[in-house]
Amino acid sequence: MEYILIIISAIFVNNIVLSQFLGICPFLGVSSKLNTAVGMSGAVCFVITLATVVTFLLNKLLVLCNIQFLQTIAFILVIAALVQMVEIVLKKISPSLYQALGIFLPLITTNCAVLGVAINVVTKEFTFAGGQPHMFNLGEATVYALATSLGYGLAMILFAGLREQIALNNVPKAFKGVPIALVTAGILAMAFMGFSGMV
Amino acid sequence: MAVNSSFKNMTLCLLVICFVCSALLAGVNVLTKGPIAKAVEAKTTAAVTAVVPECDIVSNVQSTEFNGNNYNYYVVRLGEDVVGYAIETSVSGFGGNLKLMVGFNTEGVVCNTSVLECNETPGLGAKCKEAAFADQFKDFNPSVKALKVRKDGGDVDAITASTITSRAYSLAVANAYEVYKSLTSVQEEAPVAEEEIGGTDNE
Amino acid sequence: MSKLNLITKGLVKENPTFVLLLGMCPTLATTTSAINGMSMGLATMFVLILSNMAISAIARFIPDKVRIPAYIVVIATFVTLLQFLMQAFVPSIYESLGLFIPLIVVNCIILGRAEAFANKNGVLDSALDGIGIGLGFTIALTLLGIIRELLGNLSFFGWKFCQADGILAFVLAPGAFIALAYLIVVFRKVAEKK
Repeated sequence: MEYILIIISAIFVNNIVLSQFLGICPFLGVSSKLNTAVGMSGAVCFVITLATVVTFLLNKLLVLCNIQFLQTIAFILVIAALVQMVEIVLKKISPSLYQALGIFLPLITTNCAVLGVAINVVTKEFTFAGGQPHMFNLGEATVYALATSLGYGLAMILFAGLREQIALNNVPKAFKGVPIALVTAGILAMAFMGFSGMV
Repeated sequence: MAVNSSFKNMTLCLLVICFVCSALLAGVNVLTKGPIAKAVEAKTTAAVTAVVPECDIVSNVQSTEFNGNNYNYYVVRLGEDVVGYAIETSVSGFGGNLKLMVGFNTEGVVCNTSVLECNETPGLGAKCKEAAFADQFKDFNPSVKALKVRKDGGDVDAITASTITSRAYSLAVANAYEVYKSLTSVQEEAPVAEEEIGGTDNE
Repeated sequence: MSKLNLITKGLVKENPTFVLLLGMCPTLATTTSAINGMSMGLATMFVLILSNMAISAIARFIPDKVRIPAYIVVIATFVTLLQFLMQAFVPSIYESLGLFIPLIVVNCIILGRAEAFANKNGVLDSALDGIGIGLGFTIALTLLGIIRELLGNLSFFGWKFCQADGILAFVLAPGAFIALAYLIVVFRKVAEKK
């Protein structure tokens, strides 16, 4: 039951892009075409889930050694290394998948959604449906990371679809490009606000 | 501009940078540990004194288990006498955690409440922090009045359009009251062990 | 390029928020009030100046292939430093900015300036560049914060001039996107006229 709540909460209620403002740069940057948006979402999904699991365990080690002050550095390095590794492994194992995701992978290191989720999971207390607030355990953290990245994909793909339509319309000159995209994102965020209070 | 990359100098360079950076941070960590602890302590003391009767000593944080959940609480004294308790409670509100500090005097009357963490919607649920809503809990006696919103048959005026937040707030205060009762009743049963702690004279 | 020019170009011509559209996450997330926006801008500026200076000083010794991880470590160090200082001396601001302080590490502006400017220029020039870009970012965030607070909460830097409720949407997520969109449009129009 709690896993279902975590999933609904992470995908709809606290959507990572539209209500937490993480990962906006790629959200605006690679969302003008639907197929690139799908590729990017896939890559992000993969990296966020993997990175969260690894950093969750790493944090246990940091706490054990009493060196939490290295948290930010350790996390970002692990994420950067992980992205590199995913790239190399993907190239070897599945060249076709690499072709689809390859160009997006290097961009993900500086995607704040990855670091944001990793830090959130180890520092924030979560509470669902009247339960007591508590820190996540590994299982919950994994589900949360996966659901969050699915929410990222959902927002990204919806947004890319909208932008493809907008590109066909006659937009005032000053609004061309990013401003009209931001207005669209604002309206999308308003729609997602309808989910608030669900869990 | 940059040096040619070889395996040796790449490793060396990263090692040196990581080492220097960690050393720097370790140093700063030691230096700021004191001020950070002090800032945290000042914040809790301020939060506690805001919700309890006049006092001069705030105890360290203590923890008690009630209904399977852990609650942090503080005992405050004026001179030797215990004059009140401040209890932290968390409930889930509309937008996430709603964490309150609830202060009681020794008669079991709520002195005041303050919001420690609030993720409610600004302008709607977040109004629970404002005096118009929060002040009704000043001198609220839970043994006489019911800690529920009026819609549910209680005595708390809900915030317009934010019933969920108001319910959560009332529930948090009610939880704190239960914890308070369990705290003081334990001490009534074992007056020897806690003899210098007063606050047992509530019937 | 004159020294003054280094600073002023960050304000208008290469404004990180309105022209380069970098660092969107903190721009949207922390501007719920003017104070928050300004503190975020200043925090980023602090890291940007220090990292620019440090990177310009050590860039010559770093092998080309590992420069990005090296820069990231340097930036992360300054961010952690800032985290400690804020926790110790301005805990309330630290709390209200929350997650977005550690996330300065992945702010594209900082890594972007390290790559595009600091590793090719001297320490002083890099510091000035950091001040310029940082100021541009701070001004943009403060402006957005003022507008959102004004419309959403009917207050100015925390001073509430009217007791009524504002347009709530502007304090919430949708308002951030829409307010920023209109600010960029206005900025474009003004820059066009010049």
